[in-house]
Amino acid sequence: AMAEQKFRVRARALVCVFVCVVMCGCGRDDFQEELVIRPLHSGDIYTSFQFRTLWETDFTRENKVSHYRLFPKSLGQVISKFSVRELHISFTQGYWRTMQWGQPYLPSPPGAELWVWFQDSLTDVDGTWKELTNVLSGIFCASLNFIDSTNTVQPSASFKPLGIGNVTDHRFLRYATLPREIVCTENLTPWKKLLPCGSKAGLAVLLKSEKLFHSSFHSQAVHIRPVCKDDQCKTTSWELRQTLNVVFDLHNSGQGKNEWSLFKMFSRTLTEACPVASSSKIYIDITDNSQGEQFELSPATPLLSQAVVLGDRRTFSVYDLTQQITFGTMRSLNLLIRGKSSDMLRPLLHAERYVAGYGLQTGEIHTLMYNNHPYRSFPVLLLDSVPWYLRLYIHTLTVTSKGKDNKPSYIHYQPSKDRVRPHLLEMLVQLPPNSVTEVTLQFERALLKWTEYTPDPNHGFYVGSSVISSLVPSIVAMDTNNSRERPLFSSFFPSKEESSYFVRVYTEPLLVNLPTPDFSMPYNVICLTCTVVAVGYGSLYNLLTRSFQIEEPSPGLAKRIANIIRKMRGVPPL
Amino acid sequence: MAAPLTLLLLVAVTVRAALFRSSLSELISERVEVVSPLTAWKRVIEGLALLDLGVSPYSGDVFHETPLTIYLFHFLVDYAEVTFMVSVAGSSVVVTYLILFQFRKQKFALEADRYPLDCLELIRSPKEMYYIPLKVAMFYLLNPFTILSCVAKSTCGLNNAIIALFILSTIKGNVLLSAIFLSLATYQSIYPLTLCAPALLYLMQRQYIPVNFRRASFWWFIVQYAFMYLGSLFVIICLSFFLLGSWDYLPSVYGFILSVPDLTPNIGLFWYFFAEMFEHFRLFFLCVFQINVFFYTIPLSIKLKEHPVFLIFMQLAVISIFKSYPTVGDISLYMAFLPVWSHLHRFLRNIFLVSCVLLACSALFPVLWHLWIYAGSANSNFYYAITLLFNVAQILLVSDYFYAFLRREHHLTYGLYLKRKDGSEATLVLK
Repeated sequence: AMAEQKFRVRARALVCVFVCVVMCGCGRDDFQEELVIRPLHSGDIYTSFQFRTLWETDFTRENKVSHYRLFPKSLGQVISKFSVRELHISFTQGYWRTMQWGQPYLPSPPGAELWVWFQDSLTDVDGTWKELTNVLSGIFCASLNFIDSTNTVQPSASFKPLGIGNVTDHRFLRYATLPREIVCTENLTPWKKLLPCGSKAGLAVLLKSEKLFHSSFHSQAVHIRPVCKDDQCKTTSWELRQTLNVVFDLHNSGQGKNEWSLFKMFSRTLTEACPVASSSKIYIDITDNSQGEQFELSPATPLLSQAVVLGDRRTFSVYDLTQQITFGTMRSLNLLIRGKSSDMLRPLLHAERYVAGYGLQTGEIHTLMYNNHPYRSFPVLLLDSVPWYLRLYIHTLTVTSKGKDNKPSYIHYQPSKDRVRPHLLEMLVQLPPNSVTEVTLQFERALLKWTEYTPDPNHGFYVGSSVISSLVPSIVAMDTNNSRERPLFSSFFPSKEESSYFVRVYTEPLLVNLPTPDFSMPYNVICLTCTVVAVGYGSLYNLLTRSFQIEEPSPGLAKRIANIIRKMRGVPPL
Repeated sequence: MAAPLTLLLLVAVTVRAALFRSSLSELISERVEVVSPLTAWKRVIEGLALLDLGVSPYSGDVFHETPLTIYLFHFLVDYAEVTFMVSVAGSSVVVTYLILFQFRKQKFALEADRYPLDCLELIRSPKEMYYIPLKVAMFYLLNPFTILSCVAKSTCGLNNAIIALFILSTIKGNVLLSAIFLSLATYQSIYPLTLCAPALLYLMQRQYIPVNFRRASFWWFIVQYAFMYLGSLFVIICLSFFLLGSWDYLPSVYGFILSVPDLTPNIGLFWYFFAEMFEHFRLFFLCVFQINVFFYTIPLSIKLKEHPVFLIFMQLAVISIFKSYPTVGDISLYMAFLPVWSHLHRFLRNIFLVSCVLLACSALFPVLWHLWIYAGSANSNFYYAITLLFNVAQILLVSDYFYAFLRREHHLTYGLYLKRKDGSEATLVLK
């Protein structure tokens, strides 16, 4: 008995030590999930899911990390194998209407967008980029393998790292968009699989594709970056954020009634939080609804929270899913929002873009940037990546605000090389207050080889969205203390100063027609052109090799036959 | 001679100035028949703008002019119209002068003794030859193709001026200047390299060196000329390197001319052919088409070794038709020489057909371009068909003049009115 007791004690101690070693060895990981719902003025409703996993580990060390708990193994292996410092990938269906819906918490352009900062220890960035796009294409079931040097650029100023790190040499940055990429269920499924709870528990049970894609705007993204654990930044952890933004249309999904519920939007209700989540919350934006006069929220909740987001102080009703009381007696939560929301503030920065001109020879790209602030002007960085087959003429670039010429203070232009790389134009433009700034640029459309056209050439060719990045003056003081516990939606873009916040606006992608050759004609064209060359060769050959001679008239038919018979007889001819 | 020439120059300058000031100049400088990616003025401005931005003009694929051209226009960009008018006027004056010089050399009496009596009517009298230089100047200055090319400010005008200067220095007998201008012309676009052969033949004829492979003097002269030519080419290329500090311009200019990556439609044969080419055969046909331009040099030189001036005309025509990015400016250069062979008119067989086809095609080019690109009711095949027809007509024109030239030579040797064995009228065929 004594021996048995000793054994049990030792075994227990051993297990404790083992568990401690395991826990300390791999670092702690932490998972939070949240959902923000914002009723929009037009009657639509904007929902934004964010799932964040924080993990204190070092992917760059020599012995590979092998014990994954909450952090998805596929992404961890991608980070360590390809020396990735930051990775941002988004898949979007639809275009964000800034003037009707306000600013999104996380902007994204239509189609697929991928931008990556590599570690500065990497030597062959281009080769690694190619491998990375192919691997991500497999992970997300998307055709990211179409990303190659003809649509990849290295922006010099627009895409600074969002995580910590001192490296800002843009040789290690790659940015590519695929505006033609379509997002559907087969992209959502692998995205959901990366979540620790999958789609079985927590907020992710709401992600049902038949309702999510029946919307005006759908965007899913993955953001990986290193962040500081605390103010002194003694340790860094890796943060993985998976975000999903959906805007449900009043008439399509809402059947015209100003009454939204979780069941109506997602055809599911919530029954429990994700068991491994340290925090699981729902935020409803009730800023203009303090007395309940605009819309009504049920079931009521006593929890309130305030956060400074997008330059404004907003008030939120909070539902904490880790508390059992949230689910009530039915043990399921179906939020009901009845009524319309009030007028929103005009967004301070928004942009439009279109192609002008007629015919298939030339055209003009017009980008309009609106500064709606009444008295403050602020600078914006405009990034344009135009495919090589639209030949831009930089000497035709004009920037006008309020009818007068507005010279950009910084222009970085990298001209395209045919079939190798696209045009890259980055400009810093100062937008005067309450004005429209128009940027125009002329281009010429190229004729491509017949194999370079897509199977539907008359659909046109897409030009990726322009990216406008800016620090916009804020109405209220922004919170610059990044280590404090804040809701996920307000902590994505780090604020470095109190008076402004970072905004990124994407314009529409353009659809441009190119002149096409006749695709049924390759053999005919080769024959006809070679015939013309042969006509030239033949005439010159005749003239060069033959000489003039006096022509002997040939005898008539009867005489010729007679001559043949005579020859056969051996008699001299006539 | 001076007064009519001055009058002609005045008229030409007036026409061009009027067009420069009108709204047509914008329209003309966009036309693909008049400008090509190599010679467009818009691209020269773009190259200068890129230089201002601090980016090398050759880092992109928009600018394909040589560094000396950038250097020239860096100073002359504000006087561009004047530059082009001066170059056109200059080339026409040069061409007039060289023809005048060439004709003064020919002595009527000397020639008359060498030929059979009945050929006297084939030989030109000084009276006939008097107006030919003026006609040549008129053909060059008032040719609609030249006017369009000048108003569009296509750098083809500068290339033509350099070639005209080269021909003048060759005919004057100045070996060094001839080599220098030829190397400049080759530096601008590779194809004038084929003009080496007629230049050598003419200069050897002038210096009474027999064209005989076994003679040492023949090879010695070739070595001298080659040395001067290669030397000046080397100097020009190194100067270009020092102007911009890199060798980027070599693939951008010469790689572009030879590998034809840009398939913008023009009046030549390359664009649609390589737009519809199977990838597997692209390199093969590229080599075939480029060799085609240089291929006729040796056979033509052997056949025309007694007549280097006509050989220059033939080479210019072959280059203009078969080069990778031809424009109407190149055509106007060889067409300017047609009045020199006006005595061949009695032997031309297809001239009516050829001129009708050329006129019709020139009129149809803008029509079918508009229908394809703007109206959308035609497709690229229509424009391509007119391109084919235009090139066939040009080939017929050139081979017709060649036939007429050879026939006249035959008659000069054997007599004009030939009789068959039985005494009746004979017909000549090529056998």
